[in-house]
Amino acid sequence: MSAFLALLRRDLRLGLRQGIDALVVVLFFLVAGAIFPFAVGPEPGRLAQLAGGVALAMAALAALLSLDRLYQSDHEDGSLDQILLSPLPLELVTVAKSLAHWLLTGLPLLLAAPILALMLRLPPEGHIPLLISLALSTPILSLLGGLGAALTLGARRGGVLLTFLVLPLYVPALILGAAGLDASLTGTGGMAHWLILGGLDVAVLALCPWATAAALREASA
Amino acid sequence: MSAFAGGSGMTFGECMALFQGDALGCRRGEALIFEAVDFALEPGDALWLSGPNGSGKSSLLRLMAGLLAPVEGTIAWDGAAIAEDRESHRARLRYLGHLDALKTHLTVRENLAFWAEYWGIAADAVASALTRLGIAHLADAPARQLSAGQRRRTALARLALGAVPLWLLDEPSAALDSDAIERLTALIAEARAAGSIVVFSSHDTLPVPGMKQLALVA
Repeated sequence: MSAFLALLRRDLRLGLRQGIDALVVVLFFLVAGAIFPFAVGPEPGRLAQLAGGVALAMAALAALLSLDRLYQSDHEDGSLDQILLSPLPLELVTVAKSLAHWLLTGLPLLLAAPILALMLRLPPEGHIPLLISLALSTPILSLLGGLGAALTLGARRGGVLLTFLVLPLYVPALILGAAGLDASLTGTGGMAHWLILGGLDVAVLALCPWATAAALREASA
Repeated sequence: MSAFAGGSGMTFGECMALFQGDALGCRRGEALIFEAVDFALEPGDALWLSGPNGSGKSSLLRLMAGLLAPVEGTIAWDGAAIAEDRESHRARLRYLGHLDALKTHLTVRENLAFWAEYWGIAADAVASALTRLGIAHLADAPARQLSAGQRRRTALARLALGAVPLWLLDEPSAALDSDAIERLTALIAEARAAGSIVVFSSHDTLPVPGMKQLALVA
């Protein structure tokens, strides 16, 4: 357990020292979301309809920005070999890495989401449901993204490959997150969607570490 | 199955060394790096892997660490194949790769403290490890400011954190000055005296008394 926390702390410390990375993710989320009013027109009703979906899609794209470095830097400087040889099971290593990624990108996105929601004229009663949808879908982005990062480790143009690999996997989380928000705005309540999304979180948490660990072993051999 | 684990070609009654490799072959992609390599090491032994560039010294060290699987042959610790129980093998070894595994945004002390905590070693081992390698005055310097030799010393300081039964060192003396090489050989001597096995690769020799040599050919 102390090894798990040590790795988590190290990644958080590295992330905060290179604070620009986390900042870039949040800025991308806000700036990319902010161009939608220009493209679809400033009419509040139309924007409000799009707001939830835009926020979730931008969160998925923003999470991708920082994913390609998740294992790459450890791979390049030799740390990954040391981590592979450590007593901490590799599956738990991948959980620690994805948790650090979520704390450094998913959590800041949650905090920035109300700003984007205001820019996109999301009705006030939609803010809490948007946060719930984001809180449930961003862990999936970090865990599935970690798998993609491990699979594309060492590949040429790995970042682009990662995008093609991971974005389709994000689709269920996006559908459920946006549907939950929609349902709560139309008055039917988003609980059913959020419960399925929570189930997806659990399933991804159960399966991704094994697949990611296998990919890392392959990449280092 | 388990009765024969790690016993490829071993006849009954034959004595087995603590750390032993039999008829090892290694392939990277299509190319055969080496084949039919054997070694047998007892506690306190030092083994020098020599050979020209590309002869497979690093690959053999990675095989010994379990980072790579041999295409043929077996490696065994105390009679049990390491492929059967990777967790125990990982716990008993320290591997020094040709990369220093330093985080440039952390200080020297933070780098070392992370590995100590990660391996479950008491934090006070960090200061003495830095002193052993003569880099205590650099403890609070960011790793990105270090010279190549200082980076190597920091990587070697991981070895001084605590004793384990097996050291696998890939070109440990790369970029080191004569003072650092003295400190390295003192560390090796101390580990061997405590019963550890030390395997190192180097294109020229290190002053390690009584070492065995395994010459690989290109």
